[in-house]
Amino acid sequence: MSTTVLAQRKKRMKAQQWAPYVFISPFFILFLVFGVYPIGYSIVSSFFDWKLIGTKPPVFIGFNNYVNILTIDPFFNSAVINTVILLITGSLLQHIIALPLAILLNSKLVKAKELFKTAYFLPYITSTVSVVIIFGNLFDTNFGLVNWILGWFGIEHIRWGSEDYGVKVILSTILNWKFIGWNTVIYLAGLQAIPQEMYEAAEMDGARTFTKHLKITIPQLYPIIFLAVSLSIIGGMQIFEEPFVLTGGYDNMGGPSNSGLTAAYYLMFTAFKAYKIGKGSAIAWLIFVTILGLNAINRAATRKYND
Amino acid sequence: MFSMKKLPSYLTTFLLGLLALVFAFPFYYVFVLATWPSREVLAFPPHFWFGNGLMENWTSLFGRVPFATNFLNSLGIATLSTVSVLFFCTLAGFAFSKYNFKFKKILFSFVIATMAIPGFLNIIPFYKMMVMFGWINTWLPLIVPGMAGAFGIFLMTQFLENALPHELLEAARIDGVGEFAMLWRIVFPLARAGMAVLGVVTFVGSWNNFTGPLILLPDVDATTLPVALSVLNSRVDNNMGALFLGNAMTLLPLLIVFMLFSRQIISGLTAGAVKG
Repeated sequence: MSTTVLAQRKKRMKAQQWAPYVFISPFFILFLVFGVYPIGYSIVSSFFDWKLIGTKPPVFIGFNNYVNILTIDPFFNSAVINTVILLITGSLLQHIIALPLAILLNSKLVKAKELFKTAYFLPYITSTVSVVIIFGNLFDTNFGLVNWILGWFGIEHIRWGSEDYGVKVILSTILNWKFIGWNTVIYLAGLQAIPQEMYEAAEMDGARTFTKHLKITIPQLYPIIFLAVSLSIIGGMQIFEEPFVLTGGYDNMGGPSNSGLTAAYYLMFTAFKAYKIGKGSAIAWLIFVTILGLNAINRAATRKYND
Repeated sequence: MFSMKKLPSYLTTFLLGLLALVFAFPFYYVFVLATWPSREVLAFPPHFWFGNGLMENWTSLFGRVPFATNFLNSLGIATLSTVSVLFFCTLAGFAFSKYNFKFKKILFSFVIATMAIPGFLNIIPFYKMMVMFGWINTWLPLIVPGMAGAFGIFLMTQFLENALPHELLEAARIDGVGEFAMLWRIVFPLARAGMAVLGVVTFVGSWNNFTGPLILLPDVDATTLPVALSVLNSRVDNNMGALFLGNAMTLLPLLIVFMLFSRQIISGLTAGAVKG
C-alpha cells in the first residue's frame, strides 16, 4: 500500500471521529443559548423584585416572591384550585373513556378501525384558538347548539359563558374532545403489544371478556397508563391557551370570578401584563415542582407493575 | 348478509361511528358558519347547512386584520421551521444512530431529558432575550431556537437506526465518499420516510403555535393566523362571519395535511410517547 493511500485513510478515520460531534453540535449550541441561559436566569430572577419594563433596578428579596404567592396571593390560590379542577375533569377523568375505547377499537368487533382512529385523533392536531372559537359558539347562551339540544329536555338558557361552573364545563369539554383521541391512540399502541397467547390461555380457563381485561389487559398496560397519565399531568398543569382565548385575554383574568384562571394563565398575566418577571418566574418554578411531585405520586401508584 | 351473531359487531361499529361523528362535527360546523353573513351566524335553531354570506365575510375579514399577511407569516414560519428541523435533526439522528463516539450514550440521554423541561420555565427570560436580540416581531424567535429540537433528534435516531444499513456507509467510505458528502448521497435519500413524519409533525406544531407568536409577534402585521384569530375574537365589534371564515381558512390547510398524512402524523406524534 502506498503512503498516499495510508495518509488518505488516516485522514478519513479522523473525519469519522469528529464528524458526529459536528452533526450533533447544533442542538447543544442552541440549548446552551436558548435553554440553559434562560433557565438559569429564571431561577435567579425568581429571588428578585424585577420589572419587565422601566428602569427600576432589580432588588434581591430572597424567598419573598414564593412566600407571597403561597400565603397571601388570592389569585394564585384560586388559580391552583381551578387548575386542579380542570386537571381532573379535563385531563385525567378522560382516561376512563379512552382506555375502554381503545379496547373496543382493538377488538375483532369493529370494522374500519383506521377510519375511527383517524377521526378521534383529528381534534388533537387542531389549533387551540380555532377550537375555542368553535366551542364558544356551541355553548352560546341564546344561540348555541348545546342549549338548543338541552331545550328538547326542558332545560333552558344555561349561561355557560358567564357562570363560574359554566366556564369550567366549556373548558373541560374542549380538553376532553381534544385529548380523548390522543390517549386512545396511545392505549391502542400499548394493547397491540400485549401477546395474544395471554388471552388464549385465559379463554381456555373460561374467563369472561370483562374479567380478561381486568386480569390481563390492565396490568399489562400499567407502564402505558403511567406514561399517558404523566403526559396528561404535564399538559394539564400548563393549560393556558384554552382559558386565555375563551375568557378574552389578560384583561379578564379567566372570566367570571376568575373561573378560567389557571396557574399558567396567572404566570403569563403576572409577567406580561403586570410586568413582574421575578414573581412570574417564581410561579413557573412552583408549577414545575408541582408537576414533578404529581408524577412521583403517579409513579408510586403504578410502581408495583412497572418494575 | 345480516345475521344475529354479528349483532354485537354492528352495534359496536355503529356506536363508535356515532362518536366519530361527534368528534368530527365541530369541523363541519366551522365551514357552515363561515358561509353565513355576520348577523345570521347566531341563529335559533342553529344552522346545519351552508349560507350565502361567503363573499361578504371575505371582504370584512380582509378589512379587519391583514389576513393575507398573517397567512404568509404562518406559512413562512412553518415552512422554514420544518426545513431547518429536518436538516439539523437528520444530521444529529445520523450521528447518534451510525457513529461510535465518546460520551454518545450520555449525550443522547441528555437530549432526551431536555424534552421533560416545560416551556413555561424559561418563557420570561426567553422573551427578554429576544427583546435584547431585536428579534421581536420577526420570524427568527419562532424558527431558530427549535431548529434542532430534541423530539426530532429522537425520532430520526430511531428511524435511521433501521433505515440505514451499515454496509452501505462502509462501501461509500471505501469509495472515498467523505462524511459530509455521504449526507447528501445516502443519508437524506434514505431518511425520506422518517423525514416525512417529522416534517408534517413539525409543520402542524408550528402552524398551531399560539403562545409563541402571542408574546413574540405582538404587531398584528407581524403575527400569525392563530393570534390574528384571537384578535378578531376579542374585538368589541365582533364580526362573527369574518371570525368563522378566518377560522375555516386556518383549519383548511391543516385538514388537508392531515388527510394526506394522517398515518405519518399519528405515528410520529405517538412514537415519541410510546417508544420513549
